[in-house]
Amino acid sequence: MSSTKRKEPLLYMEEHRVKEDPQDYGLADDVFNMEVFKKKLQVAIIRNDEDGLEFDMIGVYPAIANAFRRLMLSEVPSMAIEKVYIYNNTSIIQDEVLAHRMGLLPLKADPRLFAYRTEESSEAGTEQDTLEYELKVKCTRRKDASKDQSNFDDIYKNHKVYSGHLKWLPKGKQAQIYSESMVNCIHEDILIAQLRPGHELDLRLVAVKGLGKDHAKFSPVATAYYRLLPQIKLNREVTGKDAYLLQSCFSPGVIGIDENECAYVKDARYDSCSRNVYRYPQLEDSVTLGRVRDHYIFTVESVGSLKPDVIFLEAVKVLKKKCRAFIDEIEAE
Amino acid sequence: MVELKKGESLIEANVWDPGDSKEWATPIKPLEEKWKLLPAFLQVKGLVRQHIDSFNHFINVDIKKIVRANELVTSGADPLFYLKYLDVRVGKPDIDDGYNITKATTPHECRLRDTTYSSPITVDIEYTRGTQRIKRNNLLIGRMPLMLRCSNCVLTGKSEFELSKLNECPLDPGGYFVVRGQEKVILIQEQLSWNKMLTEDFNGVVQCQVTSSTHEKKSRTLVLSKHGRYYMKHNSMTDDIPIVVIFKALGIVSDQEIMAHIGIDAKSQNRFGASLLEAFNLKVYTQQRALDYMGSKLVVKRFQSATTKTPAEEARELLLTTILAHVPVDNFNFQMKAIYVSMMVRRVMAAELDKTLFDDRDYYGNKRLELAGSLISLMFEDLFKRMNWELKMIADKNIPKVKAAQFDVVKHMRAAQITAGLESAISSGNWTIKRFKMERAGVTQVLSRLSYISALGMMTRVNSQFEKTRKVSGPRSLQPSQWGMLCPSDTPEGEACGLVKNLALMTHITTEVEERPVMILAFNAGVEDIREVSGNPINNPYVYLVFINGNVLGLTLNHKHLVRNLRYMRRKGRMGSFVSVHTSYTQRCIYIHTDGGRLCRPYIIVENRRPRVKQFHLDDLERGVRKFDDFLLDGLIEYLDVNEENDSFIAWNEEHIEEGTTHLEIEPFTLLGVCAGLVPYPHHNQSPRNTYQCAMGKQAMGMIGYNQKNRIDSLMYNLVYPQAPMVKTKTIELTNFDKLPAGQNATVAVMSYSGYDIEDALILNKASIDRGYGRCLVYKNSKCTVKRYANQTFDRIMGPVKDALTNKVIFKHDVLDTDGIVAPGEQIQNKQIMINKEMPAVTSLNPLEGQSTQVPYTAVPISYKGPEPSYVERVMVSANSEEDFLIKILLRQTRIPEIGDKFSSRHGQKGVTGLIVDQEDMPYNDSGICPDMIMNPHGFPSRMTVGKTLELLGGKAGVLEGKFHYGTAFGGSKVGDIQAELERHGFNYMGKDFFYSGITGAPLQAYIYSGPVYYQKLKHMVQDKMHARARGPKAVLTRQPTQGRSREGGLRLGEMERDCLISYGASMLIMERLMISSDAFEVDVCRTCGRLAYCSWCHFCQSSAHVSKISMPYACKLLFQELTSMNVVPKMILEDY
Repeated sequence: MSSTKRKEPLLYMEEHRVKEDPQDYGLADDVFNMEVFKKKLQVAIIRNDEDGLEFDMIGVYPAIANAFRRLMLSEVPSMAIEKVYIYNNTSIIQDEVLAHRMGLLPLKADPRLFAYRTEESSEAGTEQDTLEYELKVKCTRRKDASKDQSNFDDIYKNHKVYSGHLKWLPKGKQAQIYSESMVNCIHEDILIAQLRPGHELDLRLVAVKGLGKDHAKFSPVATAYYRLLPQIKLNREVTGKDAYLLQSCFSPGVIGIDENECAYVKDARYDSCSRNVYRYPQLEDSVTLGRVRDHYIFTVESVGSLKPDVIFLEAVKVLKKKCRAFIDEIEAE
Repeated sequence: MVELKKGESLIEANVWDPGDSKEWATPIKPLEEKWKLLPAFLQVKGLVRQHIDSFNHFINVDIKKIVRANELVTSGADPLFYLKYLDVRVGKPDIDDGYNITKATTPHECRLRDTTYSSPITVDIEYTRGTQRIKRNNLLIGRMPLMLRCSNCVLTGKSEFELSKLNECPLDPGGYFVVRGQEKVILIQEQLSWNKMLTEDFNGVVQCQVTSSTHEKKSRTLVLSKHGRYYMKHNSMTDDIPIVVIFKALGIVSDQEIMAHIGIDAKSQNRFGASLLEAFNLKVYTQQRALDYMGSKLVVKRFQSATTKTPAEEARELLLTTILAHVPVDNFNFQMKAIYVSMMVRRVMAAELDKTLFDDRDYYGNKRLELAGSLISLMFEDLFKRMNWELKMIADKNIPKVKAAQFDVVKHMRAAQITAGLESAISSGNWTIKRFKMERAGVTQVLSRLSYISALGMMTRVNSQFEKTRKVSGPRSLQPSQWGMLCPSDTPEGEACGLVKNLALMTHITTEVEERPVMILAFNAGVEDIREVSGNPINNPYVYLVFINGNVLGLTLNHKHLVRNLRYMRRKGRMGSFVSVHTSYTQRCIYIHTDGGRLCRPYIIVENRRPRVKQFHLDDLERGVRKFDDFLLDGLIEYLDVNEENDSFIAWNEEHIEEGTTHLEIEPFTLLGVCAGLVPYPHHNQSPRNTYQCAMGKQAMGMIGYNQKNRIDSLMYNLVYPQAPMVKTKTIELTNFDKLPAGQNATVAVMSYSGYDIEDALILNKASIDRGYGRCLVYKNSKCTVKRYANQTFDRIMGPVKDALTNKVIFKHDVLDTDGIVAPGEQIQNKQIMINKEMPAVTSLNPLEGQSTQVPYTAVPISYKGPEPSYVERVMVSANSEEDFLIKILLRQTRIPEIGDKFSSRHGQKGVTGLIVDQEDMPYNDSGICPDMIMNPHGFPSRMTVGKTLELLGGKAGVLEGKFHYGTAFGGSKVGDIQAELERHGFNYMGKDFFYSGITGAPLQAYIYSGPVYYQKLKHMVQDKMHARARGPKAVLTRQPTQGRSREGGLRLGEMERDCLISYGASMLIMERLMISSDAFEVDVCRTCGRLAYCSWCHFCQSSAHVSKISMPYACKLLFQELTSMNVVPKMILEDY
């Protein structure tokens, strides 16, 4: 990742506390300089696939890294069911609980294609800001079921209501713009309720665009966080039995053992930082555990509506917008 | 004599066989999974078995005995007349639907319809009508409220599926009653043992007392020592009677014979001389003289019956029936009583010399627990006797009358009296037994259904009949004999502390067993009848007296042999397993008990340092080949009551078995009760914390039963997503708490955050709440009945009213359906009407007026009150037992945790929500986990709840491993193992993780102890408590603001607050708070006479010349007027200000 060798500011993980490097005065004393910042900032994408993005952000203040994390959690919009019109619910699940469960269903709809609902917008909503679904499920007894069957799947029809039962009701021209696979639930197998013969659900669901700070259901990420890059330094040679013991104190693949049965640090990146070395008096002094204070390993796990890299970019946009608004505010003075 | 099988001999098992010496050296292997005996025990006995056993014994055995004891009703008016009860039966539960239609019922129907779950008591009788003898079968004499899951209950023996068809929860323990729709528990009552001698020091007087209790009588007899002489005290006699007089009255006349009973050793003779002399001085020499003397000391009865008995005869009657009533007397042979009295004297004499011989009142061997069966049996016998007495009075009155129809006693038998008597006793809890002059209140309580555990906890509750206000520590403190029988943790705090207790997990309370067979066995084992020996041998130091249920049975020379034989026979199943035998060496007595109400618990028998339960037995148990009862029958396990436990040497695990060990504990954690069993690692906690949790577990919301959705309770709290705890205990599994949990596993970070966490406040994660953490449902009901009245009028329910102008339904009636009852599913706001009921203005029958066709109606709507709206879950329309329409409405609210809601862990650590923090502000660790809850570490040092830290650790490892850890008391997962698991998953072995601040984004300096802890949401929520008032209603009389939240009352500025203002000198503020903002009132005052004037006119002076207006508190004006009405004239002198 970092091609140029740089002096890495460290935090030391002692047995009972995290200690700062006595030589490190932190970033607080630095005068912010765009050029320096640009030079220092490095971003490296490690992994980017459907369910997660891992990238490194090096050389920034924690405040900036944290801002992105916070924004991804709570200020990147997504679509979620906000209103549930219950026409019939004869199941045992209470209306409010059912509505709450519906709200938590993750939707595939891309929030960038929709507008927020405003105070003035009508109750029904428009095709720009609203998605509508319906859920009509009625549980019946299977007529062909024989008497000695005990499996509910064989006896009842529709006795389990899944998120796949949700049916999208295109509003206005929505049918021409979106397809069903673009707006339906991400997962089809989320159990919403269980029914018994005679039970019926008839709901109309209204999804709107919202923010995670409003309600967790609008958060586009399952989680987004960063951790600091671990650094392990062997202070002395550890060999033999102790080497294997040392290896077992860290996550697999962190400590390697060479042909001389001598331990060496293979890759500290994926160490879980359990600090279990300190358990063994004979190893206690052999390692220095540290973390690079300005090397952030971001992990973004998307709920599924947006790709994790998009979520990050959205967060950057939000930050930009906020900065712009702030600058405008200052300049207006 | 008991038949012995071939090869069996009484002695065989008792010869101590040292066996192979090699075998001795090998250590005893611990029995694996010994605890599996417990589920087997609970399967047979269940958690509330004591209640059900006791009630079953009553309805199947005791009731027949009672009826047989009172079987004959005769009349003085006709010697030919009699009524004889041949048999009595308690039937299957049914419900009387009027017009003589009965149909089978279920407990749940009774709960919903506000009726009583009861079954008919029917008798077979034989009686005379004129000269005819008639037999009638199946005559109803009353209805018996049935205990759920008793032998006659519809739920007994049903499978889970069948129970669900009856709308009943299979995990519900039963053992309570449903009376008028309410679930009522008859609490276990703790009492001092009856028919037992207790020697004690009463204000310096050494006395020996016995409370005799038979079916007929209850009385207390005392023998006491006063000035070196001995007396008997009884409340039927005005004075203490010298003991020698009693002996003489009992037919032991000669001094020598008396001394033979007391003991002929020189010491006893010396001590007893003064008593003999006193009788001599009183000139009491013969039995007749003694009876005369006693007759002169009798308490004069208030209602002297017309019998012409001499005082002496009455004294004799007293000795026969009342004094020491439990000691049998046949054919006026008082020998047994004399022996009993002599024994009491000896106890007093012995205690005078040796203070250690006093009995301990608080010792549990001296206590009996009264259960539902025996309490109802007392009540039933009283009612039955009253019914028979009334029948006799009716017969006496009606037989002499000459009538067309012959007197038929059946026509006068009313079932209502017994029915109402039992029903009202159980529903009010007032137990009034006339013949024992017993009056007790609060015997029954409404079963608390806040949570499953609170209901279970109530079923094991033991109430002591001790005055709560007295400040004595003895009965309240933990008694060593409570070990294993009563939970040491589960007791309330405050005034009832130590008086209300709970049974431990394996405790069983005995029911009465027939004593005759045991007596025969004892005689066969070498007991000699006491009536066949003279007084002398009784006092022989080698002779042991044998008591059975407090009565002298006989004596034995070889007490060890006797005890061994009796125990052997019990283990062989030749007598009931709850018969206890124990030896008192200081009193040289062997006590055999077969009575009910003793606490006992099972133990593994140890012989020759080897437990008799072997591993293969347990394997058999697991395979289902062996049941708990087989262990009992095979003599591997036996029940020990408190007294016998004291006579045994019990090892608490295999390692502690040593020479002389007689028993082995099944599992040590069973010494705790149901509620304390929920606490993980309780043996690591400071003990009061476990006590606090016992109280709080009952307030936790969660699930109350599988049938909770079918119930219409007046108040029910449910959690939306309840979870089974990550760290379980064996007790949790045994009590099925994991199936009906009350709480959720929250990821807790122990750290300080924001300052809104001081004083135990908790910080909650908003995202967790959004996702459903701590969400609860609150159900309330409201009900009304629609009645018919005597004057042919009836209540009616009207449809919604429309506004005349807009033609829209008015707001109040907005949620009403067309039938005038609220529609299910509606959201209902404050002050809206749920049932638009109207009542006729005149409901009584007025014979003068006749029927008016048009009756004016007044509206009596049932409306909703509450700041937050509710939803209507369900509306039920039915009929209750009075054949009125019954409408019940179930209302529901979903509540999301908010600031001020109370949460608690299972370690007595409660706290309110101090702040709800957005997820992004919450700290998070290296793997991105952010906690659901933050708890301040200051909660730990002073509380010393180490168990909670262990729970956290175990929970964390369990989550990673995908399994439940155990925190069972005196056992559970070991910390070392848990740490190894954490390490294996790459976590710090101490459970502390590297955290980042969510606010600054920087790493935290400290490692944070974090992991899942089971948290309970308690029923105290701000929404039910928040209250403020700016203006509002005023009381009518004083015109001051009303009191209390429910009346939207004011917050009082009390005396102490007033003192503050006075000392500060803020007089105008006082004026404003106490008068202007409260009850300021303008009055006219006459300056000349100082009286109150009215409308600027002084009525006293007949003038308006000197009337001024002042303002004063209305309450003050009221006081003046009240004083005036009492002829006290308050006068006011007005001055310029």
